[in-house]
Amino acid sequence: MTLQMQKFTTLTSVAAPIMRVNIDTDAIIPSREMKGVTKEGLSVGMFANWRYTNVDARVEDPDFILNQASYRDVEILLSGENFGCGSSREHAVWALKEWGIRCVIAPSFGTIFYGNCVRNGILPVVLQEDTVKAFAKAMEDSNGTAALQIDLPDQNVMGPDGGQYTFDIAPADKEMLVEGLDPIGLTLKRDAEILAFQVRDKTARPWVYL
Amino acid sequence: MARTLIEKLWDAHTVADLGDDATLLYMDRVFLHERTGSVSLKGLEAAGRAVRNPEQVFCTMDHIVDTLPGRGDDTIMPFGKNFITTTREAADAAGITLFDIGDDRQGIVHVVSAEQGITLPGLTQVCPDSHTCTLGALGALAWGIGSTEGEHALATKTLAVNKPKSMRVTFDGALGFGVTAKDMILTLIGKYTASGGVGHAIEFTGPAIRALPQENRFTVCNMAVEFAAFTGVIPPDDTTLDYVEGRPYAPTGATWDRAVQYWRTLKADDDAAYDKDIAIDCTRIVPAVTWGTSPGHGSRIDGVVPDPSSAPNANTRSAWERALEYMDLTPGTPLEGLPIDAAFIGSCTNSRLSDLRDVAKVVEGRRVAEGVKAIVVPGSSQVKKAAESEGLDKVLIEAGFEWRESGCSMCFFAGGEHFGEQERVISSTNRNFENRQGPKTRTHLASPTSVAASAIAGSIADVRKLGQ
Repeated sequence: MTLQMQKFTTLTSVAAPIMRVNIDTDAIIPSREMKGVTKEGLSVGMFANWRYTNVDARVEDPDFILNQASYRDVEILLSGENFGCGSSREHAVWALKEWGIRCVIAPSFGTIFYGNCVRNGILPVVLQEDTVKAFAKAMEDSNGTAALQIDLPDQNVMGPDGGQYTFDIAPADKEMLVEGLDPIGLTLKRDAEILAFQVRDKTARPWVYL
Repeated sequence: MARTLIEKLWDAHTVADLGDDATLLYMDRVFLHERTGSVSLKGLEAAGRAVRNPEQVFCTMDHIVDTLPGRGDDTIMPFGKNFITTTREAADAAGITLFDIGDDRQGIVHVVSAEQGITLPGLTQVCPDSHTCTLGALGALAWGIGSTEGEHALATKTLAVNKPKSMRVTFDGALGFGVTAKDMILTLIGKYTASGGVGHAIEFTGPAIRALPQENRFTVCNMAVEFAAFTGVIPPDDTTLDYVEGRPYAPTGATWDRAVQYWRTLKADDDAAYDKDIAIDCTRIVPAVTWGTSPGHGSRIDGVVPDPSSAPNANTRSAWERALEYMDLTPGTPLEGLPIDAAFIGSCTNSRLSDLRDVAKVVEGRRVAEGVKAIVVPGSSQVKKAAESEGLDKVLIEAGFEWRESGCSMCFFAGGEHFGEQERVISSTNRNFENRQGPKTRTHLASPTSVAASAIAGSIADVRKLGQ
């Protein structure tokens, strides 16, 4: 069986700058907002400690960028280095996705978060800090009307001023996003290789096999 | 060609080269817990897929379960019971081994995995939990993943992984009195920041690592993820093998001998090259404590709260300003002597028997300061039992600590138990993020003995001043 995931090819959107460094997954989705054994219903808890002045009553803080009219429907986030560090909770990615975020641009990412993005149709883009800051400034200067254009097949981001910025992505990650591939389905096609490894390995490392 | 330890482990688990530095790696073990593992199992079930080798998959209850005496399936955390019962049903349906509430093997996933001999040197192991890197201290290639990758590992016994860069961190010299493994790792992250290891798999080595007892080595590797590393690993040696031998799932007899023969080869070749090389002089490390909201905000215990105007760049300055506001601290204030409301000893970083013995030594015959809430949560039910058989629980309780059942407890706030708003807590855990231990709670990370000394003093304290 092969499941189809959401494909990512190109995207044009305003980007919301949340330019702190080390934004951890506890901040993206606080533990207390993970209320069920599910991947759904998480966007209401996204950034809960920053987004609400009263978390329990869900009173929005008008100062938080995603609560502002021009940034409410953005599909891109801009952030500082090490975005998504901390807990492995994939709920952070599920919350962003449910909210409508399709791409995060930052100078670096937490490794587990990065992998979780790719497996959920969200594109993590690593760009130089100066570039991300310039995008953030363009957004602020235009009151959230300037757009970024992302082209994953070309590995390119076009800034509001027409500047082109290429980014690196591992070929396998790119393919997974562009094709909307289900990695489990792909790997299961290699069942014979896995089995052959296991047969060899049982002789070489018998202590591994409980 | 000379290889690093990580490269040797990588090669030994390569099922297929996927090209472009990506490898299909064989996963020897998968461990789950009721918080994120439950989602993996449910996801697999929904996709109509089965666990490929359930006999090599384990699960425990640690994240959601209460740690108060007399606990059951009901939790202080709202909706918690659902995680517990769902996990139990899913584990049963999948045919995997569950260390359930009441099972004497229950405990924090990374503590029990080592304790039961489920993790062995040279194995690959994943868990949908970022602190899986803890188990690298046994010479295993172990790292945290998301729930979807968890499904992949369960269904296929493999993961497609992009090869990380390599880093060697050498801890030279010897630790001074009162200085611990926790101080080593906090000092490293404090010096090179919380993103200092990004994209790298780390080999921790050097005389100070070799001198560490096995349980303390887990503390070092535990925080590799707080350094943004893919994982951290320590080459197995006699200390490792002594720890592993005789554990319930460890091999025995002739198989043990064969395994040992192989494990002896698990070290970097002499001329192996690393993408990055860092050395730390341990004679200069003193007890460490964090002042801010990132594990990289570390300081010497005799240091002061830093001044954002002295930050190396604009990003760091704004991060420091925000952290100081959250922590309610003023630049120049000495960390030692800051009054605390609570002291927490527990978590996958520091909750093992040796930690509790060290803590008991510090607090024996002393009393927790008036008004300080002090809690000890053993890392596993086995640790709890062993501590009680040595009478450590009595020493701790007499000193004024609460003595709990094992679990993750108040390392994080999940809607249930937590520390109070704006309370200042010194904690033996690994994360001092905003709101991590409670709404607006202010966390200072430190070693368990520093936490114990601070609980006694009622303020952040230098454990060395309590004397040998």
